[in-house]
Amino acid sequence: MTSLFEEVPPTAVSSDIPTTRVELKVNGETRAANVEPRLLLAHLLRSGFKLTGTHTGCDTTNCGACTVLYDGQPVKSCTMFAVQANGHEVMTVEGLATSSELHPIQEGFKDEHGLQCGFCTPGMMMSAKALLDENPNPTEDEVRWALSGNLCRCTGYQNIVKAVLWAAEKMRGPEPAAETEGE
Amino acid sequence: MALDEVKIGGLGASRRRVEDNRFIRGKGNYVDDIVLPGMLHMEILRSPLAHAEIKSIDTSAAYAIPGVRMVMTGEMMAARNLAWMPTLSYDTQAVLATDKVRFQGQEVCCVIADDPYIAKDGCEAIVVDYEPLPPIVNPMQAREDGAPVIRDDKVGQDNNVIFDWEVGDKDGTDKAFAEADLVSEISMHYPRSHPSPIESCGSIADYDRSTSKLTVYMTSQAPHIVRAAVSLVAEIPEHMIRIVSPDLGGGFGNKVPVYPGYVMSILASILLERPVKWIEDKSGNLISTGFGRDVYLKGQLAVRNDGKILGVRMHTDSDHGAFFSDAQPSKFKIGLMHAAFACYDVPHAHLTAQGVYTNKAPGGVAYRCSFRITEAMFFQERMVQAAADDLGMDQAEFRRMNLVKDDDFPKRTPFGFLTDSGQYEKCLQLGLDAIGYDDFKKQKEEAKARGRLLGIGISTMTEPLGAGNSREYDILGIKMFDSAELRVHMTGKAILRTGAKTQGQGHETTWAQIVAHELGIPAEDIIVEEGDTDTAPFGMGTYASRSTPVAGAAVSMVSRKIRAKARKIAAHLLEVSDEDIDWELGRFYVRGAQDRGVTIQECAMAAYSNVPDGMEPGLDNTAYYDPPNLTWPFACYIATVEVDPETGVWDVLRLVAVDDCGVRINPMIVEGQIMGGLTEAYAMASMQFITFDEDGNCVGGNYMDYLLPTAWETPGFELHEVVTPCPHHPIGAKGIGECATVGGPAAFVNAVMDALKGTGARNIDMPLLPDRVYEALQTGKDIFGHPPVKTDS
Repeated sequence: MTSLFEEVPPTAVSSDIPTTRVELKVNGETRAANVEPRLLLAHLLRSGFKLTGTHTGCDTTNCGACTVLYDGQPVKSCTMFAVQANGHEVMTVEGLATSSELHPIQEGFKDEHGLQCGFCTPGMMMSAKALLDENPNPTEDEVRWALSGNLCRCTGYQNIVKAVLWAAEKMRGPEPAAETEGE
Repeated sequence: MALDEVKIGGLGASRRRVEDNRFIRGKGNYVDDIVLPGMLHMEILRSPLAHAEIKSIDTSAAYAIPGVRMVMTGEMMAARNLAWMPTLSYDTQAVLATDKVRFQGQEVCCVIADDPYIAKDGCEAIVVDYEPLPPIVNPMQAREDGAPVIRDDKVGQDNNVIFDWEVGDKDGTDKAFAEADLVSEISMHYPRSHPSPIESCGSIADYDRSTSKLTVYMTSQAPHIVRAAVSLVAEIPEHMIRIVSPDLGGGFGNKVPVYPGYVMSILASILLERPVKWIEDKSGNLISTGFGRDVYLKGQLAVRNDGKILGVRMHTDSDHGAFFSDAQPSKFKIGLMHAAFACYDVPHAHLTAQGVYTNKAPGGVAYRCSFRITEAMFFQERMVQAAADDLGMDQAEFRRMNLVKDDDFPKRTPFGFLTDSGQYEKCLQLGLDAIGYDDFKKQKEEAKARGRLLGIGISTMTEPLGAGNSREYDILGIKMFDSAELRVHMTGKAILRTGAKTQGQGHETTWAQIVAHELGIPAEDIIVEEGDTDTAPFGMGTYASRSTPVAGAAVSMVSRKIRAKARKIAAHLLEVSDEDIDWELGRFYVRGAQDRGVTIQECAMAAYSNVPDGMEPGLDNTAYYDPPNLTWPFACYIATVEVDPETGVWDVLRLVAVDDCGVRINPMIVEGQIMGGLTEAYAMASMQFITFDEDGNCVGGNYMDYLLPTAWETPGFELHEVVTPCPHHPIGAKGIGECATVGGPAAFVNAVMDALKGTGARNIDMPLLPDRVYEALQTGKDIFGHPPVKTDS
């Protein structure tokens, strides 16, 4: 954090609440902050690091709009303290695309109309990424199961599932021609 | 050469959505993403009790917390005449409670602090002393003699009745019933549900003392209505109010009303002269904001032995919670309930309706439907199935016999609406063929012999969408028209603004397609903007599937105005008279000399550089569209299910949907809307409801208790289409976003009840939880699901 100055409150506002320094890798970049122990990871990402693509929907670990990857595993960042991320790697939706290229999951969501209001989409895509990182060739049921921690009220899921399968196919690349022969 | 319409992203193109470019990158701009300099944060303290007197409120401990800037109470609001606000149904609603709390979750205080955590700390530090009162949780209790009067704040209100309303032809209906061979009767409860967009409500109020201007960023499906309401309630001149509705994380009717939280954030910003942000938590959203349904039906069908329906009688009792804040056209007290049986040829019908106050959250919003039409169509389709069963007639045949025939249009519905088009039988037949109706019936009998329970359920319905025409449809006197403004720049690119507000429907994509269709400007050359009352023309917003029927029509009409002016410019450029000009997509040409022409883009350039003498320069216009009638999409949904007799668990085997929404602007988006609607239908049929215990505690106040289906439970859907263009809409389109939510639930419930046929049970109230289905199987009795729920004691 570089700035010419940092404004401090005139009186010691939170003197009785100690803050802790956390340092973590976010989308490949090392970031640090002084946080109250009770600060949720979702809020550090959103308010602290201005990564507002991670949404908070339900506050009770149900809806999954806040899903991020924590050392590669999908977690609901509304139910993790920021301090728990100290020394770990976090990936948010903002880390999916490069400046020039979309991630195949992002392309799939657009191409298969896997989103409507867009609020659940970042969390959906992060859960999908965790699945495809582990299982590059999932069945429809495996996709549905992997996304069952993420709620969507708009799409009815069918196109989300298609989007993930679309991305899986694209990420696998062209099938070797030999496989289709000989039957 | 005329352009290829699909290539330029016109009508019928499954154009990929432009709004997705930001959403898939996490760059959407929802209310909670907006940060203003110096912004404070507000949190609401809600009542833990459903009904209680407030004896005292002690806020001193909250003020002692560093970072707490202000605590607002009902008393403070009352001092500014803001403790109560008007609702959209000519009632009043408490902003912050003064005398009593009337439902669990009611707003009691709010704390404004430097950050949201401190604001929450502040709420926890407030001490409120309540004296509990007996709560009322259903209409039966509300009507009991000696029941406590919930709205004793209202002069002259000495019971809990809000309205008694009736519509239809009582004498004719009585006569029809006297002549009937059989009267089929069924009673049921359509349970309270919550639209529950994943994004809850929120606002950032920013009052600038130096300019006297109030800007409010907020989750609103109808920002212009909010501007009018704020102007009236807060007595701020309307031109000094700017409402901005940014990206919305879903709405489904929940974001139509003006909620107390918005009003509090506005007052706080005025008092503190700082921007104040309020972001509602999920629980607050579920227990206090606009719910849907909660209607009890007593329905009767008079039928002849050959299957002809002679008459319909319906009585509804509706539970509106503590304040009558339904968001609906003001002339109709129970929404469009009287559109029931619109797709059937029924000579006589009569509806009586009573609405009551209870100690539950206020609301009655059009949850993904056109004002109570979900209840109307559910009741209709359950009554139809019950009557077919009572007659011993096949449910498909019974429908086919009574559906309005293609050449009967225009046709008055039993309650007096005018339907104008449709191919009902064709839709039904397509659905029956797709599901393999006769085969399934055989399969069902074979399965039954082996102890397996299969069922098939049909739902056919037409839904009145697109309020209004303004003769009949207004909210608090404001006519329900809508608007579009189109500015074509000199290079032929354009910006379009409408009075609607997208929440996932894809207006940024589809409105541009309508302009492309009308003007031949490629859709990618048109940017669409909605939701900012300082820039968008006045409109009534997006709900009740009114966007395409009304605002979408305005987009067509404004494009045609632009084309009319461009035609004059073209005549000038081609040096011929207006009458000698012909139009093909994207281009005017001289009649008889097709190669002599100018493109719409050349006309646009000329509008800024070479207009004929006497013509105003520029190429922009605005259209306000008041539709001549509602649009009437038709749908046939057929579900097959298997019920496990050991557990009462039921699985959807298949769901076939046939939708006729007229001309499809973007087929991909239409199908997305249908699948979303079917999922909410499945949700209501299977798991999703808001109920209360005897003490008025909400038993669905978070996502652990309020069950929404995930990708795992949600069945797959098979979609089919029939296209009957709407005769009065400029491009022949009808509403579609809600048909499946409206018609879908009955298909699932009818299927389960079909599986249970012969047990004696004729109805199980939604949701069809396994324990309810199991109990019906065991007892052969109807299962009522209304609150108070049974409690273990």
